Amino acid sequence: MPRAALLNTAYCLFQVPDLVRYGSKPLREIRREPSRLAAIAAHLRPFEAAVAYPPNQVFVGNLPPDALNDIPRPWWRQRATPASSPHPSLGDGTCEGAFGRILPQPAFYERLREADVFELVRWGEADLPDESLPLFDHGAPVGAVVHGYPGDDSQTAQLMLENLACKATAVEAARLCLEGRDPSEIDYVLNTGEEAIGDRYQRGGGNLAKAVAEACGCGNATGADVKAFCCAPAHALVMAAATIEAGLYRYVLVVGGGSLAKLGMKFEGHLKHDLPILEDVLAGMAFLLGPADGHSPTINLASIGRHPVSAGGTPQAVYTALIAQPLSKLGLRFEDVDKYAVELHDPEVTEPQGSGNVPLTNYRAIAALAVLAGQLPQDGMADFVRRHGMPGFAPTQGHIPSGVPFLGHARAAMLAGRMQRSMIVAKGSLFLGKMTQLSDGMSFMLEAS
Amino acid sequence: MDLDDQASIQEVVDRVGHDGLVVILGSPNAEAAELYAATVTSGDPTFAGPLAGIPLGLPVYHVLEPEVVEHLSPQSYDAKLHMAALTLDVDDIVATVRRIRSELTA
Repeated sequence: MPRAALLNTAYCLFQVPDLVRYGSKPLREIRREPSRLAAIAAHLRPFEAAVAYPPNQVFVGNLPPDALNDIPRPWWRQRATPASSPHPSLGDGTCEGAFGRILPQPAFYERLREADVFELVRWGEADLPDESLPLFDHGAPVGAVVHGYPGDDSQTAQLMLENLACKATAVEAARLCLEGRDPSEIDYVLNTGEEAIGDRYQRGGGNLAKAVAEACGCGNATGADVKAFCCAPAHALVMAAATIEAGLYRYVLVVGGGSLAKLGMKFEGHLKHDLPILEDVLAGMAFLLGPADGHSPTINLASIGRHPVSAGGTPQAVYTALIAQPLSKLGLRFEDVDKYAVELHDPEVTEPQGSGNVPLTNYRAIAALAVLAGQLPQDGMADFVRRHGMPGFAPTQGHIPSGVPFLGHARAAMLAGRMQRSMIVAKGSLFLGKMTQLSDGMSFMLEAS
Repeated sequence: MDLDDQASIQEVVDRVGHDGLVVILGSPNAEAAELYAATVTSGDPTFAGPLAGIPLGLPVYHVLEPEVVEHLSPQSYDAKLHMAALTLDVDDIVATVRRIRSELTA
């Protein structure tokens, strides 16, 4: 059986400053203290600043992640000047990247209009039902979202906007990923977004995947959603690779749309330090997998990392299951992996709110495991982190930063012969759902052909 | 500190009292440790949870402090905490938690 290859990747960022107020945290804080809305509005940044923000340029492939090591903090004060793409425009300010694009708010509203097949968004109408959710552009009203089924708590205007935003952003990334290909070749779509699409009788019923397939012209595809909090993309990519290797499907598209709820999640830290609110982007991502083509990197299913129920919940148990055990099974040493891609949260977003530098903590943990395995001297940890890690550059949108933002960079480096192996490591906080105290995790190895 | 965690600690104090009760933290950095330690000593500093304005005054330690580690078996430490000890800024965390503890007894 052929191995499954990563044939293409695509990422998008929609900067939506007027939707920050509908992120879960801002929404709750504004409800509690209405004057917070003005404070939030005063800390929103213009589109040009979001485009020039170095982590965003890394996300769409115009800068390699390690370039951030050479850009002084704070990054939001810097303007990235990528050599490969000096902000060419699609006419509306959209910034094209090597494997992604950054789009302004009006473009998001266009995609929202298209994604809205039940006319839940009313544009420029005066007569709106109670509890509709107004939409703004640069502070001016442009429309409103209404609820789905009347009286259905699972289809409030807020939830319908969350679901539509997830769909619209996933569709954008999926179309970008399929550019130049016949979409009818796609057999199956797996969606990894975290929105609970459904109604009062089946909240979270799901299958946004099929809605994305429909919007992308994948007429021969069906699909399903994979739910596993932030590690859903890693689960889905392993499942996709397995179905291809088994011969069940030939081409599988894995997608993940953005999270409206996470806009402005840490805005209080940004306001406290008088920073712009950096969580102002909805992200989307898509990955095309198919049979090995001789040059695209492949997923090695001979050894994936899993965090089984019995593994235990300490960080050491989690990292041992996700990293040390799969390496051991492949007969590899920690040093044999060129780059580990962990939770790649942008530290400039998390640090002001006291959440620390997430990727750096993860890389130190991997280095510590290498020390415990006798493969690295303790005084070599910092160097290991620099060589095998990278600065975080992904927006804090849950499943989005979970290692997979590096797949585009890894694929490009492997195609260019500059990288042999990269391990993608994802973790999910299942306990947040209050059905178990457990967390989860999944990892896999991408290898050059 | 998570609101549920605050409620759990309050519930334990209500049930067994303060005597002989010690809070052991697993916070990954000094800033988080300080917030958690302050919550169980002088009350929730964010005034958002059940311990807002309730100074429980409980002695608080971090799991990587020597006073805690000496009570653990070497096997348990090696299997569960050794990686964290290599990963985290233990000196900073310990200094912070000790300061909160000393402020409590001052």
